[in-house]
Amino acid sequence: MTALLSVDAVSKRFRGLVAVDRVSFSIMPGEIYAVIGPNGAGKTTLFNVIAGVFQPDDGTIAFNGSRIDGETPDGVCRRGIGRTFQIVRPFPGLSVEDNVIVGALLHRPDVAAARRHAHEILSRLDLFPKRSHLASTLTLPDRKRLEVARALATDPKLLLLDEVMAGLRPSETDRIVAILTELNRETGLTILLIEHVMRAVMALASRVLVLHHGAKIAEGTPAQVVREPAVIESYLGAEVLE
Amino acid sequence: MIARLIEGTSRRGLVLLALLLAFLILIPFFVNDYLITVLILIFYFAFVGQAWNIMMGFAGQLSLGHALYVGLGAYTSAALYVHFGVGPWIGMLAAIPVAGALGAVIGFLAFRFGVSGVYFAILTIAFCEFARVGFDHFRWVGGSAGFFLPVAQYSVNDLWNLRGKPSMFYYVILGFTVAAFIICHLLLRSRMGYFWQAIREDEPAARALGINAFRYKMIAVVISAGMTSLAGVFFAFFYNNLFPEQVFHISRSIEMILAPIIGGVGTLFGPILGAVILTGLSETMHEILHLLGVDVPGAKAVFYGICLLVVIVALPDGVWPWLSRRLGLSERK
Ligand SMILES: Nc1ncnc2c1ncn2[C@@H]1O[C@H](COP(=O)(O)OP(=O)(O)O)[C@@H](O)[C@H]1O
Ligand SMILES: [Mg+2]
Repeated sequence: MTALLSVDAVSKRFRGLVAVDRVSFSIMPGEIYAVIGPNGAGKTTLFNVIAGVFQPDDGTIAFNGSRIDGETPDGVCRRGIGRTFQIVRPFPGLSVEDNVIVGALLHRPDVAAARRHAHEILSRLDLFPKRSHLASTLTLPDRKRLEVARALATDPKLLLLDEVMAGLRPSETDRIVAILTELNRETGLTILLIEHVMRAVMALASRVLVLHHGAKIAEGTPAQVVREPAVIESYLGAEVLE
Repeated sequence: MIARLIEGTSRRGLVLLALLLAFLILIPFFVNDYLITVLILIFYFAFVGQAWNIMMGFAGQLSLGHALYVGLGAYTSAALYVHFGVGPWIGMLAAIPVAGALGAVIGFLAFRFGVSGVYFAILTIAFCEFARVGFDHFRWVGGSAGFFLPVAQYSVNDLWNLRGKPSMFYYVILGFTVAAFIICHLLLRSRMGYFWQAIREDEPAARALGINAFRYKMIAVVISAGMTSLAGVFFAFFYNNLFPEQVFHISRSIEMILAPIIGGVGTLFGPILGAVILTGLSETMHEILHLLGVDVPGAKAVFYGICLLVVIVALPDGVWPWLSRRLGLSERK
C-alpha cells in the first residue's frame, strides 16, 4: 500500500529560527497518526506547511501521489485535506449551520444539497440542535466541534486536527475521541492530529511522531514512544511523574 | 426562481413587502414634484448603497472610491449620447463593462498583491482621484468645464432616451432598486454568497475550506462596479451635467456608503432603510431650517454626522437588524 501523505525532509525557518527541521514521515490511508511535543516544538508550523499556509524551505510533501508543496491553502483543501486551527476560527457572524454549509458547498453545486450534507455532519458531531445559533455564541467545546464539522463537510481524505481537545473536560475529550474513532472506522477517513492530551493520543493513534525543537526525536506506536528516554525527558517527564 | 426568492421569508414579511411596493408605485399620483425628487434621491442612494454592499457587506472588501464607477457610467453613457446619439439603455450596456473592467484592474492589483483592509480602501480612493484629475483634462467630454446633455422642457416622457418628468425618473430608479434588491437577495443565498460571507468573516479560514478567495473577491468587485455604473447613467440623464470635480469627489464616495452603514451593512434592507432615514430626515431638517429662517452652511453635514454617530453608538449593526427583530421579521444575514 502506498502512503496517502508523505512528508520528506521538510524544513521551515522563520528568520534565524528553525521551526521545522528536516522532518520526514508518512501516513497510510485510513490511519490515525498523532504528532506530539512540547509547546513551540513546531507542530502547528508543520501543519501550516502541509496545509499550504507556508511553503517549506526544504523538502517535499506528496499527497495521494502528487506533490502539494507550493500549493495554495485553498488548493490543498480542494485536493482533499481538511484542517482545523489551533486557535479556533469559526465564521462568527454566521449560524452554526451556515458555517458547515460553506464547507459542504466545496463539492456541491447547490445550497440545498449542501444543507442536507451539513445536517448529517452536524448530527454526527452533536451540534444539530444548535444549528441556528450564531457561531460566536457557542462555548469553546462547541466551537472546537464546529471547526471539525466544517472541515469534515469538505469531504476530506485527510483531516488535520490541531489540538481539538485542548481545554476540554475529560468527558468532552472522550466524546470527541469516540466521534473520531467512529468516523475513521465507518468512512475510512485518515486523520493527522496534534494533541497534548495523552489519553486521547493513546486511545486514537496507531502511530505517534514526537517533535522537539522542530526535529523528530521519536516515532512509533503510542506504547513505544512513551517509553523512549528522549521523549520522557523532553516532553512527558512532568506528566509521568504526576 | 420565485420559490427561491421567497424561501425563508415570513408570511408577514411578504405581506408587508407587497404593501410597501404597492405604496411606492402609487405614491407619485399623490405628491408634488419636489417630493418625487426627494424620493428619487432616496432610491438613488438605496441603489448605489445596495451595489456597494455587495463588496463590503457580502464579501468584506471596503471600497471608499465607489464614485469612480458612478462617474464612469455617467461619462460613458453621456458621451455615447452626446457624440453618437446612442440612448442611455444601450449606454448602460457599455457602462457596465467599462466600470467592471476598471473594478477588475483595481481588484487584481489589490488582491494579487495582498492589499487588504484599510490599504485596499486607500487604493480605491486613489483610483477615484486619478479619474477626477484625468477627466479634468479629458477635453472630449468637456474637461473641467463640465459635460452637458441637451435639456428641453419635456411635455411627454421619452423613456427610451430618459427624457421626461420626475415621475418617470422615479419609476426608473424604483425599478433599478427593486431589481438590485432581488439580485442581491439571490446572490446572498447562492453558493457564491456563502463563499463571500465566509471570506468576509475570516479569509484564511475560508481558504482552508477550499475557497479561491481571489476569484470570489474579483467577482464581487466586478458585479459591484458594474451595478454602480448604472446609477451613473441615471445620474447623467437626470442631472444633465457632469463635472469631474463633483462626480469623482471623495464626498460622493462617502455619501453613498452612509445609507448601508446606517441601515445595516451586509443586510438586504439596510441600504434602502438607511437611504430613507438619511435623505428623508435631512430633507425634513432642510425644510425646518428654512421655515425657521436659519441658513447655516454645513447644517446638513452636521446632521449627517450626528445621525451616523447616534446609530453607530446605539446600533452598531445598523437600524435594520434591530427593526426587523422589533417587527418580528427575521433576515438571515
Ligand atoms: N508565523 C511565524 N513567524 C515567526 N515565528 C513563528 C511563526 N509561527 C510559529 N513561529 C515560531 O515557530 C516555533 C514553533 O511554533 P509552533 O509551530 O506554533 O509550535 P507548536 O505548535 O508545536 O506549539 C515557535 O518558536 C514559534 O514562535
Ligand atoms: Mg501549536
